[in-house]
Amino acid sequence: MSALKLRHCMELETLLLSRIQFAANISFHILFPTITIALGWVLLFFKLRYNRTGQERWMEAYSFWVKIFALSFAMGVVSGITMSFQFGTNWPGFMEKVGNIAGPLLAYEIMTAFFLEAVFLGIMLFGFSRVPNWLHTMATFLVAFGTMMSAFWIIVLNSWMHTPQGYEMIDGVAHATDWFAIIFNPSMPYRFAHMVLASFLTVSFLIAGVSAFRWLIGGRTEGVRVALKTAVFAAAMLIPVQILVGDSHGLNTKEYQPAKVAAMEANWETDTAVPLILFAIPDEEARENRFEISIPKLASFILTHNWNGEVKGLDDFVTEDGEVLHPRVLPVFWSFRVMVGTGLLMLLISWTATYMIIRRKRGVEGLPKPMLCALVGMSFSGWLATLAGWYTTEIGRQPWLVQGVMTTKEAVANVPAPLVLSTLIAYLAVYAALLVAYVFVIFYLARKAARGEDIGTRVAPSPAATPKAIPME
Amino acid sequence: MTYFGDANIWLPFVFAALMGVSILIYVVLDGFDLGIGVLFPLANDDEKDRMIASIGPFWDANETWLVLSVGLLLVAFPSAHGAILTALYLPVAIMLIGLILRGVAFEFRAKAPAPHKRLWNNAFFTGSLMTSLSQGFMLGMYVMGLEWSWINVAFAMLTALFLTVGYSFIGATWIIHKTSEALQIKAVDWAKGGIWGLILGIGAISLATPFVSARIFDKWFSWPEAMYLAPLPVLSALLVFWLWSMLHKMPYAGDRRSWQPFAAATALWVAAFAGMAYSFYPYVVPEKITIYEAASAPESLFIILIGTCIVLPTIIGYTVLSYVIFRGKATELRYD
Repeated sequence: MSALKLRHCMELETLLLSRIQFAANISFHILFPTITIALGWVLLFFKLRYNRTGQERWMEAYSFWVKIFALSFAMGVVSGITMSFQFGTNWPGFMEKVGNIAGPLLAYEIMTAFFLEAVFLGIMLFGFSRVPNWLHTMATFLVAFGTMMSAFWIIVLNSWMHTPQGYEMIDGVAHATDWFAIIFNPSMPYRFAHMVLASFLTVSFLIAGVSAFRWLIGGRTEGVRVALKTAVFAAAMLIPVQILVGDSHGLNTKEYQPAKVAAMEANWETDTAVPLILFAIPDEEARENRFEISIPKLASFILTHNWNGEVKGLDDFVTEDGEVLHPRVLPVFWSFRVMVGTGLLMLLISWTATYMIIRRKRGVEGLPKPMLCALVGMSFSGWLATLAGWYTTEIGRQPWLVQGVMTTKEAVANVPAPLVLSTLIAYLAVYAALLVAYVFVIFYLARKAARGEDIGTRVAPSPAATPKAIPME
Repeated sequence: MTYFGDANIWLPFVFAALMGVSILIYVVLDGFDLGIGVLFPLANDDEKDRMIASIGPFWDANETWLVLSVGLLLVAFPSAHGAILTALYLPVAIMLIGLILRGVAFEFRAKAPAPHKRLWNNAFFTGSLMTSLSQGFMLGMYVMGLEWSWINVAFAMLTALFLTVGYSFIGATWIIHKTSEALQIKAVDWAKGGIWGLILGIGAISLATPFVSARIFDKWFSWPEAMYLAPLPVLSALLVFWLWSMLHKMPYAGDRRSWQPFAAATALWVAAFAGMAYSFYPYVVPEKITIYEAASAPESLFIILIGTCIVLPTIIGYTVLSYVIFRGKATELRYD
């Protein structure tokens, strides 16, 4: 009896540790695509402005940010490789059951996208003086397009896991019946738009933050000026769009995954005129909130656009024999609030900064020091909001791996818990070190650029060692 | 060949072939840049920069072939993907951490402040070494049927060592092609030493493979099947002989034939790989699951195949293009 209990305990630990490991890997990974998806298009914008106007400042901005792109891309590639192995090492049940659907989507992600980017990246990074200008512009476009397609296919698969359709189960294995329905599943358009906008906002705040930093320490070049202005305006324009898209995405979730929305709002009982909870510590055991601070009727209004609308509560998702079919409330409730809070702060900062820039046409000089410091502080706010958003939606899907089709528990590999734990610790150590190095190097490059030093060279052999075989220009 | 009209037969076969080709392209392409990482401590600082410059525009495209190989295994043979990777849990984790370290070291060593460069050089070497060793270990375990016993682990440690030396060999031949003067001469010496790793590695796996399974033994040593396999050892011996005599005369005047060691090394990999593929077919998990048992549903495979037929030629075309654009001796890598 106790041996059985011990085994059960081990299985639970393996499940939890595997989930944490997957979360750690994918969280680390998503940071970099979040930057490259939009930064590719921003670089294309800089390049096209340069082609059109011939002004050096656009190329100055391009050549600084292409380095950040290269760095982020490399981080994305290597952390992405980890993802393609994770399915097999930790979650073999996933592909066994829904591989017929997930397989082609993943295949398209890898094929149409990964390769386009990786192959053209070489030309985009190092080819400016080696290939005709049009080919370099086209390489920039294809890298941006490839990165976007990569995001599209992976979002399709992820959305299908939230709102599956277009399949039938034969002998416990999912078979595709309608690919159009699978690709354009109900939550896909919302999730894709939400993620692409998140990426553009992340990049806007990164460029604004790093440019403000360069401006503050005295690197007041034309290239910094256009980058800072472009980024602040982009952020100010995109954040209201993102709030609207986020709202529609929430309504879509309410329709297809009501348990997730109930957890986001920490709403235990189905009721009308539900208050919006600003602060609470949800208590899973007692199935109620502690220290609740709320605004009456507001949740009903936001979710149903009616002050007295009915909102489903968490208690509806517990079966009669006590099986809980809703996610853990605390992490979903709080990550949702972190996301929304960060978004509101983005709105405040980007609009204020825009106002200061356009007021009496003062330009970047109109930004006072505290505002520049605030922008520097917001450099990585996009990361925070994006991660918080993903935690909301992914933890919110639990206990399901594919909503209504298979639970996460069914898919996990029977790997001994200590093995999962030791590899998890190794991953975490590497990720922490790399994250520190990444942020450090971005600001190091910014300082170097502000001092007017050449950062164009990726590797610089001493003149004596430079081979003469191929002329550079 | 009539049964090739059955989608349950030809689709898995086609995907096994595609997967085999991408693994082969991966071990050749990433093999040379991993090998260059393993050779890193033997070079001085200027040489390190030039070694990096010789792989700079290619390495991330090279690594995507690994993603494609594992991706094909994942999407076309899902149950095999699970069985193989769960069995190889630890070496996979070590390889992934190695790949992360070396991949980012590429970028960081060039962008971080000068005093940090040594740290990133070390990370590049360590990452390359971890990746090569763990890939060699996985190869050994795979040949031995993915069973964790002392004898198998010992064998896998041996193949780990051989594959690493083999990678550094093909890395050295790439340096011979992409550089000149002192570094090229150094690389010739490295290649002379590294070729032993390749010979011993191919030898060890060739000796072990038929004895792990009676089925493979019969395929190798019964008539007329033995005849099909015979060209491979003969070809390999010729290639080794050619490499050997060439390396002892290098460098030739006017840099003639500098590409030939790399080409010969590639041919040697192809021969070794063809031998393995021939022996293990039709199994994807050795002696347990065949490609036909592990394959996804034909409808799904067909959808993937359409994409593959469009994308693969394009990728190969662009890969060739990028190697043409960055052909010749490695120069300083600049972003402009």
